[in-house]
Amino acid sequence: MSSKVIHALYDDDDVLLNAVKEVRAAHHHIDEVYTPFPVHGLDKAMGIPPTRLAIMAFIFGVMGLAFSIWFLNNIMIVDWPQNIGGKPSFSFLENMPAFVPVMFEMTVFFSAHLMVITFYMRSKIWPFQTADNPDPRTTDDKFLMEVAVDGNEDAIIALLEKTGAEEISVKEKH
Amino acid sequence: MYTFSSRLKTFSLVLIIIGALGIGYGFFTAPKTVDDVKAMMHDAEDSHGATAAEHAEVDDHASKVVHEVTGAIKGEHTTENDHAAASEHGDDAGHYEHVLMQAQNRPWTAIYVPMIFFLLISVCALVYYAIQRAASAGWSPVLFRVMEGVTGYIGIGSLIVLAFLVASAMHGNHMFAWMYASADPTAANFDFAMETKDWWLNIPGFLIRAVIYVSIWIGFRHFILKNSRLQDESGDLKYFKRSFNLSVVFLVVFLVSELFMAFDWLMSIDHHWFSQLYSFYVFASMFVSAITVIALVTIYLRSRGFLPQVNDSHIHDLAKYMFAFSIFWTYLWYAQFMLQWYANIPEEATYFYPRLLGEYQPLFIGMLIMNFVFPILVLMNSDYKRIPWFVVLAGLIILTGHYLDVFVMVAPGTVGSHWHFGIPEIGALLFFAGLFIFVVFNSLTKAPLLPKENPFIKESKVFHY
Repeated sequence: MSSKVIHALYDDDDVLLNAVKEVRAAHHHIDEVYTPFPVHGLDKAMGIPPTRLAIMAFIFGVMGLAFSIWFLNNIMIVDWPQNIGGKPSFSFLENMPAFVPVMFEMTVFFSAHLMVITFYMRSKIWPFQTADNPDPRTTDDKFLMEVAVDGNEDAIIALLEKTGAEEISVKEKH
Repeated sequence: MYTFSSRLKTFSLVLIIIGALGIGYGFFTAPKTVDDVKAMMHDAEDSHGATAAEHAEVDDHASKVVHEVTGAIKGEHTTENDHAAASEHGDDAGHYEHVLMQAQNRPWTAIYVPMIFFLLISVCALVYYAIQRAASAGWSPVLFRVMEGVTGYIGIGSLIVLAFLVASAMHGNHMFAWMYASADPTAANFDFAMETKDWWLNIPGFLIRAVIYVSIWIGFRHFILKNSRLQDESGDLKYFKRSFNLSVVFLVVFLVSELFMAFDWLMSIDHHWFSQLYSFYVFASMFVSAITVIALVTIYLRSRGFLPQVNDSHIHDLAKYMFAFSIFWTYLWYAQFMLQWYANIPEEATYFYPRLLGEYQPLFIGMLIMNFVFPILVLMNSDYKRIPWFVVLAGLIILTGHYLDVFVMVAPGTVGSHWHFGIPEIGALLFFAGLFIFVVFNSLTKAPLLPKENPFIKESKVFHY
């Protein structure tokens, strides 16, 4: 299989969005689209499955909740029993309402931080990572579509020209 | 144009008749004299044997704790003063009289809870509608007629509440203990709280304010709906702008009226207790119920083919509101509860004693689960919010939970520790549910279900999430 890709450069997000739809309608494979800002509806147009980050957010939240329950039970009930609100019951369940703010905050804390870290890992953004952006102009005002070539280079180029691409180049995939 | 299906009409009428029988049964079986109460309590002890006696002991203990905690407070109820004085002399006639009043309050409480519940749902539906108008919302115009229909119950619901409050003011029941208390230190029924509160909590003022609240709601509903109809007939944007202005004014006036309404109609039942957050908590509870009712009516009408313009995204948005306001309600409920319970000031903490640790514990915890844990788990997933039967299921749980919420607001102050959930309560709930369905679906037939001249109607029809 060829490792060639075609880079098509656009200067408008609406033109890009239509181009993505047309290229997909013609059954060509879009590897990636680089944009200077999030383009609404692009993920759906590219056929990317919905994010699973929300599921992870829920799981991380449950982890935080479980941790906070263990944590509070240990420090407030087991290790150093305390008289909370003039109601010295020394039972986790009876004192639980007083712990809700902490439990809530820990749920949010775990969910938010671990979600950010998960997102970085999933997007391969970690320390000392260099940008794999093929064209620096996409960080300014241009949109770049990367289409995989599978022996039909000319057809794709013709199609891309029709969709309003400003600049089309064929590159070896590194 | 929607026509009230004869099956639904029959169903609502059957509910009204069964409910009326249940209410009648409640009044018929309520004890009339102290002797009835003695016989009733005696029977209960006989049939339950040792457990009943044990139970009574626990009750006594609980009420003693409350008495001790309230300290100098002279009881929740004027008759409780007698009780406290009487028990010192080893005479418990006052106690029986107190139990009699609570037992006589039971059918009244059974009516009061759903009566307030359905009226405020209807009023809050108008608030929701006014918010859509004031925000110039583009997604919701296809639902406007449904919201207008749900507000249809305001008129008759208000009249029933007014009749009930007049009955209370004429001492037809003991729902509001402060109506029996006096600010005069030499009087037999002196209540220290009334010394500072009787400028607000007095019967003429109470009734005048009640009339003001309901006339605000009825009046604004009338004008807002009239404008909406005029706009449809003439297509003139002038009416659209006027609806906007009316809605903005209504929202401000409503919040003030609701603030004092909750003080008068709900918080004054426990007139020794006070909470500034209370009105907003009541509002949150009723607002989420109103949105739920709007969603349920929408789903019902859509399933009958009357709302072809409503798509899954509209249901999704309503479900998002149900989810969001369930959490908002929890937030307010918790903010009120935690500050008062852990600040541990006697006259504040006693309010939560019967609810959290006393006889109302199952209802209190149960409604928390239904109003918070259940919605948050069921409605969290985006896809589930688009499945109509799922939203209906969640909606029914939320409505039940908020009905219990109102029950727990009212009942501890009126029927005391001996609450039951039997024929009078279910009967009253069915009665008002039937009346609500009948009135709401009747008012839905008054206008076409699609407002055609709204400038945002196109945006609403193609609304897509």
